[in-house]
Parts: sequence; structure tokens; C-alpha cells
Amino acid sequence: MAVFNRVESSRQPESAVYDEVVLAGNGWMRELNPGQVLRIVDLEGNQAADTLFYDADNPEDHYSAVRTITGQRNIYLSAGSVLRAESGKELLTIVADTCGRHDTLGGACSAQSNTVRYAHEKLHMHNCRDTFMLQLANHAEGGKYSKRNLAPNINFFMNVPVTPEGGLTFQDGVSSPGAYVEMRSYGRTMALISNCPQLNNPCNAYHPTPIRVLIWDC
Amino acid sequence: MENNDWSVSIRPGGKWSGKIGRGKRLRFTALGAGANVSVLLYNADDLTERYNMPDTLKAQYTAHLTRGHTLMSDNGRVLAAIVEDSLGWHDTISGYTTREETDAKYGVTTYQETRNDWLRSGRDNLAVELVRCGLGVRDLMPNVNLFSKVYCDETGELHYDTGHCLPNSTVTLRTEMDVVLVLSNTPNPLDPRTIYPSVPVKLEVLPSEGAVGYDDYCVGFRPENRRAYENTWEYYALQGR
Ligand SMILES: [Zn+2]
Repeated sequence: MAVFNRVESSRQPESAVYDEVVLAGNGWMRELNPGQVLRIVDLEGNQAADTLFYDADNPEDHYSAVRTITGQRNIYLSAGSVLRAESGKELLTIVADTCGRHDTLGGACSAQSNTVRYAHEKLHMHNCRDTFMLQLANHAEGGKYSKRNLAPNINFFMNVPVTPEGGLTFQDGVSSPGAYVEMRSYGRTMALISNCPQLNNPCNAYHPTPIRVLIWDC
Repeated sequence: MENNDWSVSIRPGGKWSGKIGRGKRLRFTALGAGANVSVLLYNADDLTERYNMPDTLKAQYTAHLTRGHTLMSDNGRVLAAIVEDSLGWHDTISGYTTREETDAKYGVTTYQETRNDWLRSGRDNLAVELVRCGLGVRDLMPNVNLFSKVYCDETGELHYDTGHCLPNSTVTLRTEMDVVLVLSNTPNPLDPRTIYPSVPVKLEVLPSEGAVGYDDYCVGFRPENRRAYENTWEYYALQGR
């Protein structure tokens, strides 16, 4: 398979202006200022950090998976990838990445997609779309964020290879404890993360784990 | 016009949107080589439910669409299914063109100068039709590009197959829900050709061929599809429909 593009960062956690742990199954939503750098750390390895971005000045312009991959003509995200909004606007650039590859085709889990993918009996289980919707509900001032803002997202630390024949597969184990991805925001960007609670697929050994989120001013 | 055929020819750069009941067959025919029609689908009774590219792809372990595949919503239901396909591959991972891309690739055109021969962009077309349907640009999502083949190599690099769509290629969708269908006959953003495609596409809306059950090809295509159909049947059963 393809090379993994690993680029380390020189930023030190001590100099971060924000540093929090997000437990599995929890959400996180926060605005980034122009130039700020967001790091997401996969603390125990092979956890999925389902992430969406919005132009905070124009929230109807959401992150676009297809605009992003068409812009770079490659389906995998890594250092150098420009994360684009639906309008084509550049939201952030990935500036460091010790995992080397991230997925943006697989989307977030939901109660309903769990019934389709696994069994009708999975409907009650906690899922990323519920986490996204709770965060949107708590940031709904002025009707800025609603279900209509839920676009297909990024799955940091996940590997979802596509074959030349058009097949889609899930391959575990590309991340490792402490692996991180770091991105710089161009403008004011709203970041929304669901730390995935999925218990139905083997990529996290059926054991969702915490992530750590840090922000630097430059 | 119950049970009557209806058709429209969507000219190059053209657009269309409309509400279509469930159980209809939508037959798209490329009236030339190299067509591309960008498609968005919404539940007509709840416009916040819409085509979901990731849920569709991961449930069916595929990165392209062809006969047997269903187009799933974000609520685990089947908006439509591909029941006939002469091509074997339709793209849903490369999106639509913007005004800037259209100008850069094909040259700047204005209505002032070239009247209705000016070159439309996918985003502008879809935005107009979304607003007409009570939606807006926040509802722009990854779409289906009928007639286009985009594949990637081992490194993940995307490639557009310029020889894929031959004249008179057809693909037929069968609606499983009452849908709002939004169409733009504009180039695939990865089409490397710098001459704006001039391929009209015919859309025929045909009556269904009877109730869909467990013996249906698309229902039985994968267990995931069966469960998505069951979710859809339950949704209408709860409404007494
Ligand atoms: Zn999840």
C-alpha cells in the first residue's frame, strides 16, 4: 500500500493556550482564531476522532469531504492537505501528522447507520451523530447550527482504503498511542469533534479511548 | 398523468429540480459521449433527510455506484436504488464544479456577452434549485455524478476515465421514498478536458413495476440493503402509507 506521510511537530504542550482531554463518547466544539494551531492526540491508539469544521463567520459553509479530496486529487488526508469548505474556501491546512493517513470518505456513525451496517437492535447505542447534534444544539444561537449543517466529516486516525476497482475497505492499526495530527486555521473556524463511541467494529478493539485536544496561538 | 411517461431533456449546463413520488423509475440517457449529471436527493417530506455519501459507501463496501446499490439517507433509509445500468460505474466522491473552476478551465463567460451560451457551474445550478426548493447552500452535500468514472490508485490519487461514458449510456434509479431530486448537467470537476462538454441528458420518469419485496435484486444485494429497506418500509408503515 501507499506510503504514509509522517511529519513531526516542534510545538511543546507547555506552550499551548488550551489543553483538554475528551473522553470516548464525548463531544467538543470550539472556535479557532486565524493562525491558531489545533492538535488532536490519539492517546491510546486507533481511536476515531470524527471532526467537522465550519467557517465561523459564515457557518452555512461547512467542511466538504469531496471538495477537499478533489482539491488535492487524493482521497487520503495527511500533512499538506488543505481542508476546504463546500464553497472551496480553505479552512485549515494539516501542518504535522505522526499517523500519516486519515479518512474522509467513511463519515460518522449514527444510530440509523448502525441499524443498517450491523443490526436493527443497535438503534439504542451511543453514536457520533448524536454527539454532533448535542454540540450543535448547544451552539445553536441565532439558528446558526442545525441538523442541516451536518456534512460528511473527517475521521482522524482511521484508514479506509479504496481499491482501483472501486471497493472500500476498513484497515485497522495505522495509528498508535500518542499519534497526533496538527492543523493551522486560516480564518475563524468552528471545530466540532465527536470522540467516537462505536462498539461494533474492530478498529479500536471494541474499546473507545480518550483523545487530547491542544491549541497554540501560532 | 398517472402511469404516463414523462421526460425532459436537460441541455448542457442545464438544471432541473422536482418532487417525485416513491416507486417511480428515473431513466437517465446520455445523448452523447462524456456526460455528467450531478444529483442531490432529499426526502420530500423532511428536507433535513438527504443523500449521505459515507453511509451509502461504507454500508455497501464500495467507492462507486452501480446496479444493486442503494442511495441511502442519513437516517438509514433508501432514497433510491440503481435498478439498471449500462455503464457499471457512477461517481459519488468528486463533487461538482464551482464558478471559479469553470472560469479557470473553460474560460470566463458572461451572460452579457454570450447570452444563454454562457457556461454554468455546478454549484450555481445546484444553489439555485436548492433555494427554489426551500433549501440553501448549507444543504449542499456530496452528490452523485451519473455517467462519470473516478477511481483512485494505490496511493489514493484520483483519476477520471475520459472514455467511460459512450453515447446512449443509460442508468435507471427507482425511488423508494418521495424525494426532491436536484440535477445539474455540468462537468465533473476532475474531467481533464478543457472544452465544455456539450452533452444533453434525457430524464424519463416511468411508472414502477410493482411492489418491491425481499425477492428484489437491490433488496437482496447485501444484508445492509435489506435492513435499509426495512427501515424505509417501517417509516411509511408508521404513516399508514
Ligand atoms: Zn462514531
